[in-house]
Amino acid sequence: MKFTLAWLKEHLDTEASVEEIAETLTRIGLEVEEVFDPATALKDFRVAEVVNAEKHPDADKLQVLEVDTGKDRLQVVCGAPNARAGMKGVFAPVGTYVPGLDFTLTKAKIRGVESNGMMVSERELELSDEHSGIIELAPKTKVGSPAAKALGLDDAVFDIAITPNRPDCLGVRGVARDLAAAGLGKLKKSTIKPVKGGFENPIAIKLEFAKDTASACPIFAGRLARGVKNGPSPDWLQRRLRAIGLRPINALVDITNYISYDRGRPLHVYDADKLTGAVRARLGKPGEKFTALDGKTYTVDEAMCVIADEANVLGLGGVMGGEETGCTDATTNVFIESAYFDPKRTARTGRTLNIQSDARFRFERGVDPEFVLPGLELATQMVTELCGGNASQVTVAGKTPKPKPPFKFDMTLIGRLSGLALPHRDIRRKFASLGVKLEGKTNVLKATAPSWRPDITAAVDLVEEVVRLTGVDRVPATPLTRLAGVAAPVLTERQARQRLVRRLLASRGLVEAVTWSFVPLAEARLFGGGQPELTLDNPISTELAQMRPSMLPGLITAAKRNRDRGFVDGALFELGQAYRGAKPEDQYVAATGVRFGQSALNGSGRHWSGAALAAEWAAVKADAIAALSALGVGQANIQISREAPQWFHPGRSGALKLGPKVTLGVFGELHPDTLDALGAEAPMAAFELFLDALPASKRKGTAKPALQASDLQAVRRDFAFLVDGDTDAGALVRAAASADRALIAEVNLFDMFTGQGVPEGKKSLAIEVTLQPRVKTLTDAEIDAVAEKVVAAVVKATGGELRG
Amino acid sequence: MSASELDGLKTELLGAIAQASDLSTLEEVRISALGKKGRVSALMQRLGAMPPEERRDFGQAVNAVKTAVAAALETKHAELAGAATAARLAHERADVTLPVREGPLSEGRIHPVSQVTDEITEIFADMGFRIAEGPDIETDFNNFTALNIPPDHPARQDHDTFYFTEGPDGTRPVLRTHTSPVQIRTMLADKPPLRVIAPGRVYRCDSDQTHTPMFHQVEGLVIDEETHLGHLKWVLEEFCKAFFEVPEVKMRFRASHFPFTEPSMEVDIGYAKVGDELRIGEGDRWLEILGCGMVHPNVLKAVELDPKKYQGFAFGVGIDRLAMLKYGMPDLRAFFAGDLRWLKHYGFAPLSVPTLAAGLSN
Repeated sequence: MKFTLAWLKEHLDTEASVEEIAETLTRIGLEVEEVFDPATALKDFRVAEVVNAEKHPDADKLQVLEVDTGKDRLQVVCGAPNARAGMKGVFAPVGTYVPGLDFTLTKAKIRGVESNGMMVSERELELSDEHSGIIELAPKTKVGSPAAKALGLDDAVFDIAITPNRPDCLGVRGVARDLAAAGLGKLKKSTIKPVKGGFENPIAIKLEFAKDTASACPIFAGRLARGVKNGPSPDWLQRRLRAIGLRPINALVDITNYISYDRGRPLHVYDADKLTGAVRARLGKPGEKFTALDGKTYTVDEAMCVIADEANVLGLGGVMGGEETGCTDATTNVFIESAYFDPKRTARTGRTLNIQSDARFRFERGVDPEFVLPGLELATQMVTELCGGNASQVTVAGKTPKPKPPFKFDMTLIGRLSGLALPHRDIRRKFASLGVKLEGKTNVLKATAPSWRPDITAAVDLVEEVVRLTGVDRVPATPLTRLAGVAAPVLTERQARQRLVRRLLASRGLVEAVTWSFVPLAEARLFGGGQPELTLDNPISTELAQMRPSMLPGLITAAKRNRDRGFVDGALFELGQAYRGAKPEDQYVAATGVRFGQSALNGSGRHWSGAALAAEWAAVKADAIAALSALGVGQANIQISREAPQWFHPGRSGALKLGPKVTLGVFGELHPDTLDALGAEAPMAAFELFLDALPASKRKGTAKPALQASDLQAVRRDFAFLVDGDTDAGALVRAAASADRALIAEVNLFDMFTGQGVPEGKKSLAIEVTLQPRVKTLTDAEIDAVAEKVVAAVVKATGGELRG
Repeated sequence: MSASELDGLKTELLGAIAQASDLSTLEEVRISALGKKGRVSALMQRLGAMPPEERRDFGQAVNAVKTAVAAALETKHAELAGAATAARLAHERADVTLPVREGPLSEGRIHPVSQVTDEITEIFADMGFRIAEGPDIETDFNNFTALNIPPDHPARQDHDTFYFTEGPDGTRPVLRTHTSPVQIRTMLADKPPLRVIAPGRVYRCDSDQTHTPMFHQVEGLVIDEETHLGHLKWVLEEFCKAFFEVPEVKMRFRASHFPFTEPSMEVDIGYAKVGDELRIGEGDRWLEILGCGMVHPNVLKAVELDPKKYQGFAFGVGIDRLAMLKYGMPDLRAFFAGDLRWLKHYGFAPLSVPTLAAGLSN
């Protein structure tokens, strides 16, 4: 919403400066986005008189002027044909920035003659494209005065953002009323005088609605003005419209635009000679079309409120008028419409047809229903003043919608919600200037909101008004009560676990990324996603169209982009949400990591001390296990199965399981087909940890279990087994450990060997078994007995044999 | 053996010791002199066969030679051993200027969004706020209607909502456009008094230099029987001071409008621009950082709380934006690009855990 200072002052009696007004507007919720003061931009330009003009000695088209600037008499070389002695114009002294030329003037010699400044054209000031000569001001203009004032450009333009609850401030008068209520002046009396109709309005107005749709347009008023002379509107009106960014069209249209911005009251003017029969508001009929003022043809539907005559749809009520019946310079008889259109229906129509207009903007927020008739009178007044002609009597169809009912307002609510203690006198004065009526003498009053404030319907709305106009600056900051001397922890176990895993993964050299929650549909499908319920109806692009089933596609493509940029080794992880379905319980939290190129725990890439291993299953398994271990699930409690999903390499991947049912995570090298589909390259390995799958901790209290450190010497024995090549080492270790749970403290697999001395298709696995006696030192016989049990258990579990 | 012969032996042995150039030669000398069959040892063995009167003098003389030789051997041994160690160490010299791998702690990073979320959590936890959560895919009711944004409300248009296909119940799920639906979930799940913050991802169908279709917000909510605007002001002032780690902040509360709060305010924070750097707490420029207000009675009614009894405030602030202000990232889009250069530069070391005791940005 834009307006100028002079425009504001037509409604507000104030001495406040532009700065004070801007500051107040922002404070009370009418946020100033920009104040443009043309006087500031033109402050160096002054009115000057050409005292003398002579031909340049060395140039046919140049003159040498003597210019009186009010301070000095200066010599100026000028090329304008209209420059002559005695004329007054706009002078720019040396050092002035000339916007139309985009440079700053310096003292110059032009064809050997010194020039001390410049007389400027309109184009040089960016006022218009006029450049046939220099600006010529009226003879009475005072020499030395600011050019901005002489040019009528000293009117500051405010641009303010209006929140959707304040349609009353979509008119300058509403803004003025708010400023007055904030104490920045006095609202002037409205000057609308009814124009007496000289004849009966020959154009009938009808409301053709069923009872249940009558709210679409409850009141429609109109009148005819005959014998008007349309054409360009007067300068003051054109200037005002231009100042706020509107293009003047013709007087009749300009008047409606002016009133729309002056009073927040949209109107429409029809060329009455192009109307056929009665004008009516009704709902659209299937198949009806009309061409709007924007030149586009729209198809209306049965939910839209249209204005029509006997023959055609003329416009969309509250949204936009039609091209056919619009007013042109040739219009002599004008039909002026002022109506009230339902905000919701107007909004829906605008949305359906995607039409933005000043009228829609106002109607969908709610115009003042009681200003239908005064608005029509104001328009008639302006039409007859600016275009002449005779106005008919007013025809009104329907009734002004019922005012909103009064409501109870307990004044103590102000203090309760805001913490402000204000004298009741001040509060009552504020409400009076807003037009809010209060009745009653106690604290509990009956309040009636003014018709132009659809946002005020309950007591809390009045609290907002008081706070807004008083300023939150005056609310004393009040400490919240402290719940505990020392703040108690607040994170749930789930939240604390996420924090821990995030730091743990970063401490293993993985770099945390945050990637989009949505991915291309094809990528989602690669990872088991792509359900229609997770497809966005209105994605911003096909790249961001499907909710991700996993963080892997985002991380793999991020790894690929890094590789494309020349960063070929690295490790990324993300801890966030992914989606198995659209229901809240289908959203799950995972910690997902990707290692690519040469990337391992000790670092990445080449190094004199040894290059990092290519990203492989063991590195990401270690990442996953370390995270689970930090969460209290040690490697010994995790079963590794080969149940990793199909986007992993089938032979170099696994699932981390807690019992047969709970899958805590998956890991492995990525399947070459998956990498191909994403345009990524091996080596790349990944893990996913499903943090929500981890059972709640059983820990109670803070004490740790007592340390069981035996003073008795532990005994270590090595065994090497020859097993089939596809035997799982994990099974062998488990078997060995289970041979004597009381004595065996640890089984460490320290060697895996194939090659010389090991038959084809077999492998040698060597373990170190630690026996920890608890009661007494073991005898050789006891040690041998355990060793035998270990061998027996391993042989039974793996079918292997002890190597000699 | 005469005394002069004994002197000669001593001179000879000492000479051999002095000339020994390495430990093995020296050992040979030692064996030839003091070994079991050494020349000095042989003289000692002869003592037993001597008459007692000769034995004493000769014994003393031989002992003197033995002592002198042993001392010379010891000295020479120390000298040669030192030289040998020095030679070995010289040979073992490494180029200690070789750069080493710093290990994973130097490689890993925490994303600024996570770090700042942890900072925010730390501050609000101290004020007794717990962390509430809600899903990204929300119902129209939680995201709009319960927040006093009924269908056809013009504010819905300002939200640039991502929609999903209509479900069997006839409503269209949305990607939450703000963290405010977590207010609704919290108030439905728990009874007042409530103090929560809800950080998380939010989505708007909008993309340009300063907008991304996904970003992060943190919601704050306090509901009890007495919390008013003054408390809101205090909480936000305390938060800003703690977060930006400055002793004072200038804040400006401007009246505004949100359907779910009333009165509503937007809050600006004062800053100065020094070069490319923003300095919060100095200067006289204003930057909008958050929206807030008293929870609207219609919102309380939507979750079946009696507005005559309960009241409180809510606020919402952009986490990415806070991160940019505090740590100086120029471009929001880079947050979600996964560019290792950016992540390493703007990310945080894994052990830089924000705490109130050590400072949030330690």
